[in-house]
Amino acid sequence: MIRYLLRRLAFLALTLLLTSLIIFVVTQWLPGDVARVILGREASETSLQQLREQLGLNQPLPVQYLNWLGNFVTGNWGKSYSTELPIRPLVLERMNNSLMLALVTVVIAVPLAITFGVVAGLNEHSWLDNAINVAALSVVGLPEFVTGLILIEVFAFQWHVLPSSSSIETGANLLDALPSLILPALTTALVLLAYVARHTRAGVIEELKQAYVRTAVLKGLLWRTVVTRHVLRNALLPAITVTAISLGWLLSGLVVVENVFNYPGLGRLLIFAIDRRDLPLLQAIALLAALSFALSNLAADVLYALLNPRIRLD
Amino acid sequence: MTRDTSKMSSPVLKISDLTVSYRADERWLDAVRDFSLTIRAGETYGLVGESGSGKSTLVLAIMRYLARNASVRQGSIALNGLDLLALRTDEMRRVWRDQLRLVPQNSLSALNPSLRIGPQVAETLAPSLDAREKQSRVIELLRMVRLADPARVANSYPHQLSGGMTQRVLIALALSGEPSLLLLDEPTTNLDVTTEAAILDLLKDLMRERNTAALYVSHSLGVVAQICNRVAVLYAGELVEDASVAALFASPLHPYTQGLLDSVPRIGQHKRAAPLCSIAGQIPPLDALPTGCVFAPRCAFATDFTHEVRPALESLDDARRVRCHRWRELKPNVPSSVVPRQSSVVNDETPVTALVLNVSNLQKSFDVDRSLLDVLRGRQTRKLRAVDGVTFEIQRGETLGIVGESGSGKTTLARCIVGLTERDDGQLTLLDIPLAPRVEQRTREVLRHLQMVFQNPDEALNPYLSVGEILRRPLQTLASCTRAEADARVPQLLASVRLDPAYAARTPPQLSGGEKQRVAIARAFASHPDLLLFDEATSGLDVSVQASILNLLNELQAQSQSAALFISHDLAVVGFLSDVIAVMYLGRVMELGRTSDIFNPPHHPYTEALLASVPTIDVQQPRERIRLAGDLPSPVDVPTGCPFHTRCPRFLGDVCVNVEPPWRVDANGHAIYCHIPLDELRRAQKEKTREVFETSRVSQ
Repeated sequence: MIRYLLRRLAFLALTLLLTSLIIFVVTQWLPGDVARVILGREASETSLQQLREQLGLNQPLPVQYLNWLGNFVTGNWGKSYSTELPIRPLVLERMNNSLMLALVTVVIAVPLAITFGVVAGLNEHSWLDNAINVAALSVVGLPEFVTGLILIEVFAFQWHVLPSSSSIETGANLLDALPSLILPALTTALVLLAYVARHTRAGVIEELKQAYVRTAVLKGLLWRTVVTRHVLRNALLPAITVTAISLGWLLSGLVVVENVFNYPGLGRLLIFAIDRRDLPLLQAIALLAALSFALSNLAADVLYALLNPRIRLD
Repeated sequence: MTRDTSKMSSPVLKISDLTVSYRADERWLDAVRDFSLTIRAGETYGLVGESGSGKSTLVLAIMRYLARNASVRQGSIALNGLDLLALRTDEMRRVWRDQLRLVPQNSLSALNPSLRIGPQVAETLAPSLDAREKQSRVIELLRMVRLADPARVANSYPHQLSGGMTQRVLIALALSGEPSLLLLDEPTTNLDVTTEAAILDLLKDLMRERNTAALYVSHSLGVVAQICNRVAVLYAGELVEDASVAALFASPLHPYTQGLLDSVPRIGQHKRAAPLCSIAGQIPPLDALPTGCVFAPRCAFATDFTHEVRPALESLDDARRVRCHRWRELKPNVPSSVVPRQSSVVNDETPVTALVLNVSNLQKSFDVDRSLLDVLRGRQTRKLRAVDGVTFEIQRGETLGIVGESGSGKTTLARCIVGLTERDDGQLTLLDIPLAPRVEQRTREVLRHLQMVFQNPDEALNPYLSVGEILRRPLQTLASCTRAEADARVPQLLASVRLDPAYAARTPPQLSGGEKQRVAIARAFASHPDLLLFDEATSGLDVSVQASILNLLNELQAQSQSAALFISHDLAVVGFLSDVIAVMYLGRVMELGRTSDIFNPPHHPYTEALLASVPTIDVQQPRERIRLAGDLPSPVDVPTGCPFHTRCPRFLGDVCVNVEPPWRVDANGHAIYCHIPLDELRRAQKEKTREVFETSRVSQ
């Protein structure tokens, strides 16, 4: 197990190194001259040259890359070009906000998804199953900006129970932010819910076919006991894995939802950075996103192995 | 010997006029028809049938666990007088808990993979017991099924146990509620013979101790003969014969039963004495059942009358029923062709002409991954020695059989010879041509000379190609035929395996299991190979089909004079086809000799145990009882000295543990890898047989 973890972590480091290289190269290809973006159209050639030298932009690319990577690893993420503020506190603050949103989303989505999935799977091809499937598919089909706007209209403008904008204050804790978090989390949860519910349903249907279920039923156990003790133990494995993998996307991929609700998460910061051609900021966010994707994948694999005694990790 | 219980005890299970049907395409297909059977306390009833006979449907109907599209359309099932079909679900649950238990086949998948054994057994116990009482009862149950270390087993997950162990766990589960009826659904089918013999002993003892009634479902007549008092024979959904074990095996009345008995090769029966009797054709599909007798299309004694009129199930006396129009006239004409053991091997000498395959000191091991613990202990990467120094030769026209249980390395050996697995060491020569380790390195000429037939034709035949294309391919690529020549040869090849030329247009999924294997055999023979490898080529087939395939192989091989290597776990099948037999254990050959020598003392102690474990249908034949202790050791930790010493019933002492045994060879070339001298082995084994005969005479 430890050996497996060490090996996976080594692979993870390698993946991130490769990702960092890609991020660096791609951001270099972005059109536009950074110095001119910062100093504006009117800047003189001398001042541009000065700034380039100051930022290290006139050094060869491999040197720039190594400098950037070395600084990043040692925690020196530099200053944002556009706001002149240090990047690290800014990005970590937004990361924290994204984490809160992801947490609330998972808390809303997963219990519901598992309930729906198990009910649908146990009643395969019944009207209940069909109804859950149709509902799940239509929710997945709707884009987040549509569901988000509908939720705002109903909860904020019609019923006035929740704020329409989720622009929480800097440093707000989970409890303070909760009212602002519910609507964006609900919007995201709808997508996650449908996804996890379908995996749960498939898992339940698959496990019900197994011979051990027959053994359990023919022991004379109650159907409820057969389901909770035998079927779910195995059927929920895919749902758990899918949830863990989704964490990566929840942490950094919620660009649309964050924009609709004006929520200060990592996704909106990303748009901001692209808008301003703020290369150091963009690179930091991209790398952090890659890290969260890689970690959530690792978490999914490890969790699966821990819950499944047939798998020995080594 | 058999206890006559029919008069003494009341019926436990009474099935009357049962018809079970499946709903398909808006109509009912009757998988079991008019089935009646009574099982009394203490009786073990065998239910024998080939695939498609309806035996699984019957078991599920009795358990009230039929698939959604199946239904009991007629008849009744009563357990201790209780009408099972009328029970509500919660009442049925109580019956499952207290009275009726199933021991399923394929034991690993019948246990929950993510729960330890202990809790899985404990949940069948009365909820009123507290945790400690449950725990001690679980240990008690596991000890009852003779599991060596019950505490460790209770704490294990199913995948950590061997097949024999999980099967014992399932028996413990089934007996936990003291049921009055046990349904055993092929509980030993996937086990090795030595394990099977031990499980059958266990079941026999447990059933005798508890006076439990049981229905033992099996495709194997030998197993049923070992364990049952009575047998019902099922064919295409109908009960065709019902008798006591002694009566059925001594004088089968129904032509199907006779055919079935004659299809099973006995230990010692050899192809050069006589071909096996087989049953022509195959079981009719449910949507095209014959109007008259269901067996008429395959019956050698069918008349116009039997084709048209369905026979009734006639009762001869209290204990015997048969469903045949002509049993009275056929009875004297068809003596049971029981071939006595060891008598028929008269002429298994082949004229030695030319050496085809020479295998010399073949070695193959696989690396086993190290765990973190191993790394910390500084252990080296361990080797699994699959084949460890195997040497033999095969002559033209000769068949060498390899017998061994799972894990003996016989399949790895075959794969090394064809080059699918790269050998580590040793020489292979085919007709004086040295064979490269991997098939890609071998020339087309070598490939043409060396062909293989696999166990599962579903995996070996491309389902998207027509049979014609499958056969044309080796003709064109290996036998260098032109397209026209190949087209002309395809019907001949099909005819040689007794298939209609029209089969060329079909694809494998449209064929039955036996037909697919015929196509695979035709494909292998297409390029006129000098050596054919058969890896468990008949193991997946029903006995009646197996018999015809074995006869076919014998015939084709006699015509082509090719050499063959025939691998099987079934000693009788290997004995039937082979001129020379090698017995393998943990990657090594333990005994090598001509077939007649292998079946007569002196035996290697392992061969002796194998022979004693094979379930035989000769019920009168008294046999010695040798059971091997424990499971096969892991091939990663092969025991020192003689690899068999950990389980050997003739274990001598330190010499077996520390010193590799010598090869003891007699004048015939019969070789045994053992510390015990041949004379001593022969004396001990002959004495043992005499002992058994004498005690049996006294008891009569």
